[in-house]
Amino acid sequence: MHETMVAQSVLAAISAEAKKQNAKPVAAKISCGVFNTVNSDALLFAFEAISKGTVCEGLKLDIEQKSIQARCKKCDCTFAFELHEPSCPKCRGDDFELLPDEPLMLEEIEFDDG
Amino acid sequence: MDSVRKVKVEKKILIANEEYACKNRDFLAKRKIPCLNVISSPGSGKTTILARTIRELRGKIRIGVIEGDVRTDIDAQRIRTTGAPAIQINTDGACHLSAAQVGDVLQKLPVDELDLIFIENVGNLVCPSAFDLGETAKVAVVSIPEGDDKPAKYPALFARAQALLVNKVDLLGVVDFDMDRAGADALKLNRNIRIFPISAKTGVGMSRWYDWLEALTNRRGR
Repeated sequence: MHETMVAQSVLAAISAEAKKQNAKPVAAKISCGVFNTVNSDALLFAFEAISKGTVCEGLKLDIEQKSIQARCKKCDCTFAFELHEPSCPKCRGDDFELLPDEPLMLEEIEFDDG
Repeated sequence: MDSVRKVKVEKKILIANEEYACKNRDFLAKRKIPCLNVISSPGSGKTTILARTIRELRGKIRIGVIEGDVRTDIDAQRIRTTGAPAIQINTDGACHLSAAQVGDVLQKLPVDELDLIFIENVGNLVCPSAFDLGETAKVAVVSIPEGDDKPAKYPALFARAQALLVNKVDLLGVVDFDMDRAGADALKLNRNIRIFPISAKTGVGMSRWYDWLEALTNRRGR
């Protein structure tokens, strides 16, 4: 629901890096934990709309959604926490601790120096 | 394409909110005031719960409230009728409170005269759970008319909340709601969540919630 706000932050972060590199950014990869409740389609739509007329116009944005990790308190294994069936895949235990969610990260940018 | 060059950045995108949340957390920790971020759908009864809680804990826990709504200061006015200090934030359309907004008004509360601060977030079961405000804990509220499927449908909030208030139990029997199902779904996501079936209208079940709040404020050594 707040993807436009997130898109503005993404645009600002990529633009700042582009200025530093003095080059045109053509693609960027961001990653995002599921608890950030960011919808990829809505973010792509918002980013395309607000990047028009900026250095990021036409940039290909790649969004990787990351599942949250949990640690089973019984067998100590770490697993991808499944919101619909949250239990340890090894021992089926339901006593687990959620590990911190992945923040929204700007992972890498591709620049065209040509 | 030889001219294309990859640059690793690895920077947090919403770092600004995180920094403000840390500032708020430090501010509260220095004063030993616990702060609860109350999150629910619109109309679950958050303000009614807070108003009753403030009235019935008068003399035991001094409470201040930060209210978040898209528009109006109706909720802050309702809280002030209890005698408690309340500050309204209007988000002008935004779907959640940000840590910066909370930080701006935190100092306007008489913090040295408070034992507990409630932040009543914008009514929304999705976005507010993704924004840390610097709170001690999140409290989720669902109400009987909303249906018993809310923990299953909006898991992110329930996986993170420390307490779940199931409000309007006076409507059980009028509206279909399976308390066992709602509770089981919440516990499946979060084994440690404390569940309080309550009615802020009649007062049923509120005393266990008050015990939880008293334990929270006592832990902070006040």
